[in-house]
Amino acid sequence: MLSRTADHLFWMSRYTERAENTARMLDVNYQTSLLPQSAAVAQVGWQGLLSISELLPAYGAQHGEITPQRVMEFMVKDENNPSSIVSCLKAARENARAVRGSLTTEAWETQNQTWLEVNRMLKAGQFERDPGQFFEWVKFRSHLSRGVTVGTMLMDEALHFMRLGTFLERADNTARLVDVKFHAVQSDFFGAATEQDQEYDFYHWSAILRSVSGFEIYRKVYRDVIKPERVADLLILRPDMPRSLHASMNEVLSNLEMVANDQSHETIRRAGKLRADLKWGHIDEILATGLHAFLTQFLDRVNELGARISRDFLIPASA
Amino acid sequence: MQKFDEMYAQLPGTGQTQTQGQSQGQSQFQFQGSDIRAHYQAYAQWLARQPADVMRARREEAEMIFRRVGITFAVYGAKDEDGSGTERLIPFDLIPRIIPAHEWASMEKGLVQRVTALNRFLHDVYHDQDIIKAGIIPAEQILNNAQYRPEMKGVYTPHHVYSHIAGVDIVRAPNAQGQGEYYVLEDNLRVPSGVSYMLEDRKMMMRLFPDLFSSHRVAPVMHYPDLLLETLRASAQPGAPDPTVVVLTPGMYNSAYFEHAFLAQQMGVELVEGQDLFVKDRYVYMRTTRGPKRVDVIYRRVDDDFLDPSVFRPTSTLGCAGLLDAYRAGNVSLCNAIGTGVADDKSIYPYVPKMIEFYLGEKPILNNVPTYMCRNPDDLKYTLANLKDLVVKEVHGAGGYGMLVGPAATKAEIEDFRKAVEANPSGYIAQPTLSLSSCPTFVDSGIAPRHIDLRPFVLSGKEVQMVPGGLTRVALKEGSLVVNSSQGGGTKDTWILEV
Repeated sequence: MLSRTADHLFWMSRYTERAENTARMLDVNYQTSLLPQSAAVAQVGWQGLLSISELLPAYGAQHGEITPQRVMEFMVKDENNPSSIVSCLKAARENARAVRGSLTTEAWETQNQTWLEVNRMLKAGQFERDPGQFFEWVKFRSHLSRGVTVGTMLMDEALHFMRLGTFLERADNTARLVDVKFHAVQSDFFGAATEQDQEYDFYHWSAILRSVSGFEIYRKVYRDVIKPERVADLLILRPDMPRSLHASMNEVLSNLEMVANDQSHETIRRAGKLRADLKWGHIDEILATGLHAFLTQFLDRVNELGARISRDFLIPASA
Repeated sequence: MQKFDEMYAQLPGTGQTQTQGQSQGQSQFQFQGSDIRAHYQAYAQWLARQPADVMRARREEAEMIFRRVGITFAVYGAKDEDGSGTERLIPFDLIPRIIPAHEWASMEKGLVQRVTALNRFLHDVYHDQDIIKAGIIPAEQILNNAQYRPEMKGVYTPHHVYSHIAGVDIVRAPNAQGQGEYYVLEDNLRVPSGVSYMLEDRKMMMRLFPDLFSSHRVAPVMHYPDLLLETLRASAQPGAPDPTVVVLTPGMYNSAYFEHAFLAQQMGVELVEGQDLFVKDRYVYMRTTRGPKRVDVIYRRVDDDFLDPSVFRPTSTLGCAGLLDAYRAGNVSLCNAIGTGVADDKSIYPYVPKMIEFYLGEKPILNNVPTYMCRNPDDLKYTLANLKDLVVKEVHGAGGYGMLVGPAATKAEIEDFRKAVEANPSGYIAQPTLSLSSCPTFVDSGIAPRHIDLRPFVLSGKEVQMVPGGLTRVALKEGSLVVNSSQGGGTKDTWILEV
């Protein structure tokens, strides 16, 4: 297929996935803010959200003080913020429109409809009226977009590049979430000293789990109270947790292998190596060497993979 | 001006075609049955039974679907009221334009004849120039025409076809005896657009009014993409037995982008932009995820000027450097060929009937509109003396721009045009104002007559063929004769009907 077409499909999926993950994080922060909590704790939550997307400086320059309402508006409606939900949905739709002929009618109409709807909803003030419902809607549209793709597209390169975009973006987003949320607990997160801290811990960790639809999964897998190291294990190493780094890299690798070409050997080798580190990794080892260091390195490697995929497939040199 | 309608043999007096009692919502459309033309009888009876509010709801439904499907066109430099976008819908009218099958049969013959002659003409002007030698068209009118491309001299095109896709604009108007006749207004031989609306309008009508299609025998049109693909494949050079066909678009911000994407998808071929192509050793390739792939036939929706920056406009980023070279070497086919504009230019239009006689030895089946060429002193004199009754057109104008509709123009507009024509007579032609036919159209105030034209799409490959009908465009403004979408025109489904 055309390299340019593959590029648009890849980015269409990445932006859709990014919009979903932003909605997930905002939703959890919003739900948490409905619980009694100290101003300082709330502040840490909203600040963390901005730093996940590396947006603290941009937000600060525009708004200064961090307030829940302003952060939400910045992350949902601000068209000047390239990571806001509305910007991501717009970029997804523009990419889809550029290659609408390569999508099935259903897949294209889903993207287009999402864009028309989000404009209508924001104009009608639906986000302000019920943020929770709005975030649900964004997640739902992303599910629909993925489902209609898998359910209607020919299983050829076009689909593989779309899947590649989805899971590369998801690997990145989950890693950032884990990094920031574990960072937020400044003290040693192995066991809390006071009863109050313990309570905070429960809500902190369960919020992270909920943001990746992992709360029920955690209970099912570990049948135990919520412990930070297990949350890390679930989100990083479990191959059966659909939003974990391991599961995402499994998909990245298998889709990359499906589209392999003459020059992609090294890219696939690196993707395989990254996957192997997750497959054979152990949470105790990761925590011993430092979670933050591990995740920083992981993000660098995912980023590098993205660049290599672009070079090998999406914008190859002439001839 | 004489009123002349498609549905009525005799148009009822003013106001009578409007719906009665609009405000009550339940009202129905009233018709006087007796003077409705035969092929409209069944439809008019059906329409009379439809409550006005149901029709209105159908119209809203259609608009919603067109938006969701993204059947939009971009308007250059325009913004929506909220400043967000530039995508507009082309208004779609619920009331079909109906043509009886026997009229279409003769129109189709006329179209095959006309387009065949135009392709013969194009081959001739780039090869032996017999028509100039025979003294039928003055040499300078062809060779000095800005649309004449000397680069095309002697270039071989499969089946000697140049305009593979032609959009011929046809109107119906009364002749001297007051009988309806079809006249060709314009031959669009470069990159005619609009066929996607023909297909989408039909799809929409079948979705909104399925019962109409079981009670009427409407000739189907949905196989157009098949015929198009067949035509494009037949246009490949002999060295490419299983040709790779692509559609070349200027990109998603072009006003006809929807159509480009639609046709590529319907034919199952790649939609490429200039940046996706490159030329190596006089062959054209596209950049794919698995390396370069040869391209054999390019259905290009990019104008000549932008096709090859190494030969034509050097700043163009829409084309591909070296394309003309590859084309001249016979390693790729362009559809349409370069340089077809010399045959659809308004200064050449008056000669088309003579071309038909010259190349085919036949009498023209379709009428030309009588045309005064202002380059001739007598015609110029007549034109200047009768500006208020004539339609004056710029020879190179398109899209309904650069024209004067005398009877509808102000004194000042007429005087401005007079100066322009006097300054450059050969840049203008003039035609009598035809009483273009109108067709009942669903507008805000109810149902009212609006002027229409018809653009059939004629495909020339190994043979000349087309789907029945074409795109009917309608001027939605009351009294307006301009049907172009950039100037408030809409579209209607076109029915070729076995009565």
